[in-house]
Amino acid sequence: MKIDNSLPLEYSTEENSLKILGFWIFLGAEIMLFATLFATYFTLENRTGSGPTGAEIFQITPVLFETILLLTSSFTVGLGIHAMRIGKQKAMISFFSITLLLGLAFLGVEIFEFVTYVHEGAGIQTSAFTSALLTTLGTHGAHVTLGFFWGLFIILQIKKRGLTPQTTNKAFIFSLYWHFLDVVWIFIFSFIYLKGMM
Amino acid sequence: MDFFDRFAVPHPSFAIYASMAAIGLTIIAVIAGLTYFKKWGYLWREWLTTVDHKRIGIMYLLSALLMLFRGGVDAIMMRAQLAVPDNTLLDAQHYNEIFTTHGIVMILFMAMPFIMFFMNFVVPLQIGARDVAFPRLNALSFWLFFMGAMLFNISFVVGGSPDAGWTSYFPLAGTEFSASVGNNYYMIAIQIAGIGTLMTGINFITTILKMRAPGMTLMKMPMFTWSALIANVIIVFAFPVLAVLLAMGTLDRQFGTNFFAMDNGGMDMLWANIFWVWGHPEVYILILPAFGIYSEVISTFARRNLYGYTSMVGSMVIISLLSFLVWAHHFFTMGQGAFTNSIFSITTMAIAVPTGVKIFNWLLTLRKGKIVFTTPMLYSMLFIPLFTLGGVTGVMLAMSAADYQYHNTMFLVAHFHNVIIPGVVYAMLAGLHYYWPKMFGFMLNERIGKWTAWLLSIGFVLAFMPMYISGLDGQARRMYTYSESAGFGPMNMVSFVGAAIMAIGFVLIVYNIYYSTRYESRDISNDPWDARTLEWATHTPVPEYNFAILPDVRTNEAYWDAKKNGHVLFKGEFEKIHMPNNSGIPFIMSCIFFVWGFSFIFSLWIPVILTTIGIFACMALRSFEQDHGRYISVKEIEETETNLRGA
Repeated sequence: MKIDNSLPLEYSTEENSLKILGFWIFLGAEIMLFATLFATYFTLENRTGSGPTGAEIFQITPVLFETILLLTSSFTVGLGIHAMRIGKQKAMISFFSITLLLGLAFLGVEIFEFVTYVHEGAGIQTSAFTSALLTTLGTHGAHVTLGFFWGLFIILQIKKRGLTPQTTNKAFIFSLYWHFLDVVWIFIFSFIYLKGMM
Repeated sequence: MDFFDRFAVPHPSFAIYASMAAIGLTIIAVIAGLTYFKKWGYLWREWLTTVDHKRIGIMYLLSALLMLFRGGVDAIMMRAQLAVPDNTLLDAQHYNEIFTTHGIVMILFMAMPFIMFFMNFVVPLQIGARDVAFPRLNALSFWLFFMGAMLFNISFVVGGSPDAGWTSYFPLAGTEFSASVGNNYYMIAIQIAGIGTLMTGINFITTILKMRAPGMTLMKMPMFTWSALIANVIIVFAFPVLAVLLAMGTLDRQFGTNFFAMDNGGMDMLWANIFWVWGHPEVYILILPAFGIYSEVISTFARRNLYGYTSMVGSMVIISLLSFLVWAHHFFTMGQGAFTNSIFSITTMAIAVPTGVKIFNWLLTLRKGKIVFTTPMLYSMLFIPLFTLGGVTGVMLAMSAADYQYHNTMFLVAHFHNVIIPGVVYAMLAGLHYYWPKMFGFMLNERIGKWTAWLLSIGFVLAFMPMYISGLDGQARRMYTYSESAGFGPMNMVSFVGAAIMAIGFVLIVYNIYYSTRYESRDISNDPWDARTLEWATHTPVPEYNFAILPDVRTNEAYWDAKKNGHVLFKGEFEKIHMPNNSGIPFIMSCIFFVWGFSFIFSLWIPVILTTIGIFACMALRSFEQDHGRYISVKEIEETETNLRGA
């Protein structure tokens, strides 16, 4: 394994830079995945059948909480990567832990939001609109859940093995994933919630 | 008993029970054979756990050939049913299942793995790399594809096959009109195989962008590698669309959502639209690598460099962009209005331009060439006129006003077979003959090969040209029979004869493999075709590490330069080579995926939960595992190289 010391640790081997490029391409595929979900949502947005419309069920308070939690977590994962670059393992683990806790809190609020929708008579089977809404939100939520476990495993590995070319590479790729989920959320916030509430 | 009733076939017939028995006997024979010859360990070590791109490629090839015969049997049954009016060989339900599975098997489980075989086997060799970027992911891609294909194939003996066409349009594919689990098989099996394909796409883009030999800039890549790169870019952008579509179909069928429902605001045309947003690029995923193979074959056997390299690359890029902008031409008659239809009409016809450029480039490559008529070249020469015919009828279909006459008739069936068989299947067969010596160290018999090519072409013309005529006369596709007074009888009889001739052609391919394995000379050079690109510069059989020294590349025909212009390909000394370790995780994880898919299809939720945990456990295991690969020492390389040179 040749290590190029002129590059940051996460890029330092050939395998590492392959993995980072591969992950960027994967994110391209993820963009198509969410684009399809958004296209479906926009097609079915006003087809509410006998169920409620977006304006009737969307509430700004939980959505704002979710937005603040997820945006902050994206900031802290950035701080974590910065700490990793300057070799501060403890600080990095702390920032990653904060990130995951914020992600968990986001999921808590989202589950509360889903329960509220179901109580208000907007389950996944109610209408085409609710099917598309809950599938889109659910897909994003499932990504965050997966990210939580992924991040947890990376923290455990860094605790055990320290900052090596392998662990830093994983952490960096995880940060790309986490930022991407944030970008998707910004679209959900703007084009599903804000647009729906207008 | 209620529990087991769900696994019964809804419309049993003698043919289905016979296949059930045949599948059972084959499985017993395989297990008995492996045990008797004590090959379980060999199978596990050398194949099931392999991460070598060449072996994975060969496994793709075997799967593709297997599926070719599964889809071929469907085809011959359909033609037999339609050969005479009012035939009762198959009932309507059975016919529906057969045309559905024929389409899916041929496109997704035959043509796709055939393409994957070429990409896996050829691309790393052509760019002078030692493996793909992510060898273990590559193994996972293959096994997911394989499990998806197997899951789909058991449908006709366990629970019933999908019967709503390979396009599976809603509301027909919904639970209201298709109550059996058949369409659950469609959603889940294709989903599993599709995940594998998406990962292949990511893997090969990374490989081609990052792992080319020193000196090989993008515009010095061989044409097949270019076509593979572009096909993989299309895969990465098209397959997530399919994943979402199938997930929504699953939700509608098994969880009562309303995406494509007829009430509660659902929209059935949403399925058709999203399906073709994936489906149309999909056909270019198949045809572009096929074009790549023709480019290699034609320039090799015309003994000339490829005419118009830059325009070849440019037209593929344009085709890939346009492929995402034409989807509505599949349903001109469904009422989008004249304006929308006109736009899609124009984008569709525009695709004919870059495709035409490619045809002319091949013709101009032949001009003043010293043409050698080998079997691969014969397929390529048959491809050009036959494919052009299919392309022209495609432009006819692209005219939205005229399409009201052609839509859903046998004319359409004739058109897409006319582009897929001479376009894709001939390329696969040309490539099979072309790369066979590199894979196995002997050639396929040329005489049988040429007979096959002619038989297939005569059969093809007889089978599909009559469909153009009966289609224009109004014979609808997917119609399981017709009355004598319709007058379609003679045309369909000719089609049946043609299909039977093609079947003989396909059996001859198997015979050729058998014959050549027994009788063809093993004494061939590394470069039996006098070819031009890097895959022929290494030994036959290809050593595990592909190239002992990475080649130094100056032009897009590096090996030709080395042979004719004295360019030195391999400079320097041997160094130890880093290789990845084998791993059982991809295979085991895909087996769990198989059980997951099966349980999901039959809504057995407890096994679904358990296998989901199993899948994530495999991923976690991989995350915590430390695997730095292994090194092949200089001494081992020297020994291998001496042995191969001596042989």
